[in-house]
Amino acid sequence: MKKWMALAAALALGASAGAANAADKLKACWVYVGPVGDFGYSYQHDVGRKAVDKALGDKVETVFLENVAEGPDAERAIERLAREGCKIIFTTSFGFMDPTIKVAAKYPDIKFEHATGYKKADNVSIYNARFYEGRYVMGQIAAKMSKTGTAGYIVSFPIPEVVMGINAFMLGAQSVNPDFKVKIVWVNSWYDPGKEADAAKVLLGQGADILVQHTDSTAPLQEAEKAGKLGFGQSSDMIKFAPKAQLTSNTDDWDPYYVARVQAVLDGTWKSDDTWGGMKDGMVVLSPFTNMPDDVKKMAEDSVAKIKSGEFHPFMGPITKQDGTTVGEAGKPLPDGELLGMNYYIKGVDDKLPQ
Amino acid sequence: MRLVLEKRAEASGRMAILSPIVAILLTLVTGGIIFALRGLNPFSALYVFFVEPLTTSWSIEQLIVKAAPLAMIGAGLAVSYMANVWNIGAEGQLTAGAILGSAIPVFFPDFQSPLTLVLMLSLGVIGGMAWAAIPAFLKNRFGTNEILTSLMLVYVIQLVLDWLVRGPWRDPKGYNFPKTIAFTDWQLLPQFQLIPPSIGPIYVNLGAIFAVVAVLALAFMMGRTLKGYELRVQGIAPRAGRFSGFSREKTVWFCFLLSGGLAGLAGICEVMSTVGQLQPGISPGYGFTAIIVAFLGRLNPIGALVAAFALAISYLGGESAQVALGISDKTARVFQGILLFYILACDSLILYRLKFIGRTPKLAEVKA
Amino acid sequence: MNDQLLSVILTIITASTPLLLAAIGELVVERSGVLNLGVEGMMAVGAVSGFGAALLTGNTYVGVLAALVAGALLSLLFGFLTLTMVSNQVATGLALTLLGLGTAGLMGESFVGQPGVHLERLHVPGLSDIPFIGPILFGQDLMVYLSFAIVAGVSYLLFRSKAGLIIRAVGDSHQSAHALGYSVVGVRYLCVMFGGACSGLAGGYLSLAYTPQWVENMTAGRGWIALALVVFSSWLPWRIVVGAYLFGTITVMGFSLQAYGIGIPSQLLSALPYLVTILVLVLISRNRALIRANTPACLGQPFVPDR
Repeated sequence: MKKWMALAAALALGASAGAANAADKLKACWVYVGPVGDFGYSYQHDVGRKAVDKALGDKVETVFLENVAEGPDAERAIERLAREGCKIIFTTSFGFMDPTIKVAAKYPDIKFEHATGYKKADNVSIYNARFYEGRYVMGQIAAKMSKTGTAGYIVSFPIPEVVMGINAFMLGAQSVNPDFKVKIVWVNSWYDPGKEADAAKVLLGQGADILVQHTDSTAPLQEAEKAGKLGFGQSSDMIKFAPKAQLTSNTDDWDPYYVARVQAVLDGTWKSDDTWGGMKDGMVVLSPFTNMPDDVKKMAEDSVAKIKSGEFHPFMGPITKQDGTTVGEAGKPLPDGELLGMNYYIKGVDDKLPQ
Repeated sequence: MRLVLEKRAEASGRMAILSPIVAILLTLVTGGIIFALRGLNPFSALYVFFVEPLTTSWSIEQLIVKAAPLAMIGAGLAVSYMANVWNIGAEGQLTAGAILGSAIPVFFPDFQSPLTLVLMLSLGVIGGMAWAAIPAFLKNRFGTNEILTSLMLVYVIQLVLDWLVRGPWRDPKGYNFPKTIAFTDWQLLPQFQLIPPSIGPIYVNLGAIFAVVAVLALAFMMGRTLKGYELRVQGIAPRAGRFSGFSREKTVWFCFLLSGGLAGLAGICEVMSTVGQLQPGISPGYGFTAIIVAFLGRLNPIGALVAAFALAISYLGGESAQVALGISDKTARVFQGILLFYILACDSLILYRLKFIGRTPKLAEVKA
Repeated sequence: MNDQLLSVILTIITASTPLLLAAIGELVVERSGVLNLGVEGMMAVGAVSGFGAALLTGNTYVGVLAALVAGALLSLLFGFLTLTMVSNQVATGLALTLLGLGTAGLMGESFVGQPGVHLERLHVPGLSDIPFIGPILFGQDLMVYLSFAIVAGVSYLLFRSKAGLIIRAVGDSHQSAHALGYSVVGVRYLCVMFGGACSGLAGGYLSLAYTPQWVENMTAGRGWIALALVVFSSWLPWRIVVGAYLFGTITVMGFSLQAYGIGIPSQLLSALPYLVTILVLVLISRNRALIRANTPACLGQPFVPDR
């Protein structure tokens, strides 16, 4: 980090300084919606950026902007990076989608990569991780480990990705225990460990003995540990925070993707693509299984292997929706488009989504 | 040995001009030390922060984009605070304006005519005024402190916005992402060329023009009309105001509706320009930053315009520094805080004089 | 059912305590006539300092102390600007928030991802084990008891002691207090630092007891709620308790209702604490005389002694 910071400072002093080696390096840039100090979503993207530093540091220089709010600031931030000579720009939040497309249209020679969105262009790729694969396995583990048959799910805002996650979790749980129940609390905030802790305590008090979250802090897991219950981590491996409570963590591993894409730009082989990688591609990694008996561990490992090999897909049709109708063809997984826009619950989830 | 402030007989005109310069110099020195400690060249760092935002036409365009809503809202708040009406909920009024104005594209997406533009803007103003009317009403009718009511209502309207864009107003073709359909044609603010392409084009949108008009109108009102006098008196000497027959209740209504309407206008302008649709995040805290703008501008509408630019430069400079120098967003915020501190400290030197009082008081010379 | 209720009550206590701590401190500050809007910044600095100190020494009580000191130090900066340099209090407070949040973020860079040390709960043998009441009354951590002690102390100080009279005098009519020979600036400095210490404690509570960790922006706007609560309380200490616990209760109840599966949109439930606070304030502010009597008349006004 010190190395590239010093290099960037040299750049700022002026081209006349003859900083030839700095000018030769490819600039790869990232935009984060939150602080890298959130130890969650943005933190993991930054881990990926640092991996690029490590792997390609002699040819690539990385830059990032953090705490960029979705809205008017986003477009300016992305355009600034474009103007500052970034050759590839990763915009890591779905709310950056339209600003990314807008800026990309103005700078056709720069490559853009947008995470968790759906709009593409000649110079805009989209990428996402199949988090739901991890959630399916987590559901299976939960159903096995839960004594009350109820899990508590803490979520921030109802976006399709979150709904997908809940559904995948429940499908996994139902495959072990068809009567498994989930209680859902929306905290309506992306960064408030206190509220997540409150939600966790309330859920535990209502009989949930496994906690799952789609929020970023370690607070729910800590509450689970305090109460002697179990839970799952999110985004990063949270075992340090709950050594006795974490069963596993649904971690985002952007390293391989980022290194590959930057390398593609270096090689001149970059093409606009639509990547939705899962366990198979190493983008979703379940952290080591802990705090569970060996047979549960084996089941989980088997599931992971089956998903990796493509033998099994969590959303294998037909799937019964909450309203009773079915979707999907028998024996075939739900198409990606259907998953991306998922705004319904499967049968067995007692919650209402905004329509 | 003490440091005391002594009120000057009259505001020092010299300091009024020197104060921001001194403040910037002090910030440069402090900032320079901080940057040097972190291993950066202090001069390049300061250049990036303060000068670079003004060097390219793109940057100036962005400055205007950022400063316009700040100036518009800040000027309205300045008037309000001058009369001691504490509207802290500008962020909420901004949101309410954006919501109401966006109802047109959401419900009538094919309605495209100049009337669309006018209607959307008007609804924006009305939305802001309506949301501001609540704390005004509660204050007048029940004596409820407007600081709390206006602040709490910010959170409420933000949740309403969230519910709307995730539910009923969601774009049906948007893969269920929380946003409305994208606005098009007459639903977007027109742009005007301020400086032709030969010098490096600078475009401003209607919102910026509204901001300047609003600032000038308010400055005129405050400086040259009876209304302005009425507001100023109520702030400085409320009892005198009452004796003069100025109705406090009407003032509360006026101030809230004015600042709320301006905030609503700023809100709808934001969604009609840079954002282009209604989504959960439409403002990076403009309503709250405008409070700083109002005070930095010494509660004067024109001052608010200047302060809005100053703050916009600091935000843009901070962003630029993150990219060019790799300093973190946190360092940029610390730097901003320090800059504000120095400006505020130096500002007080306009009205007060700094004096050191030694242990033995000097005998005053008798002037014959 | 009892267990559930107990767990909800305990959650409410945890949620309300940081609001209570920050608000009672700011109440004293405002009673002396100063408006310090930098509560959020001081809380952040308190949170990171408390966390860091506890992490480095392994002792949570050192953390509590560090949080207190950090908040007080930051408030000293505010005090210097507004009391000695007579700068505008509103703007300075807002600048303090920016500075505090940024500084906390910087200080906390190395603490991210580190599990913290948890403030222990009291355990009185016998008393703490009484079903239901035991954990509520005798099983809390130090800061909860401290928060109530501070409220009681402030109430006594302000309304039954000479010092409190002076503070209120300074807040209501600083020129008169000055004429009587009291050091307005001195009193205000002390009050500002007290407020800073309390805000620091509130922040420390977040990172030591509520959710033992440090992440940026973990204060999540609580400082602003605390400021609103001071207004809500009409500057009367025990009403701060009402306000803080009202807010905490409704927030937690909102989650409870969600978990039960009642079909109310979560945004409405999230909006309830704010709406109810407004409603209750409307109801209790109908006694305008009481409010006028307790609002510090010189709140926010700069003081420079006439010579």
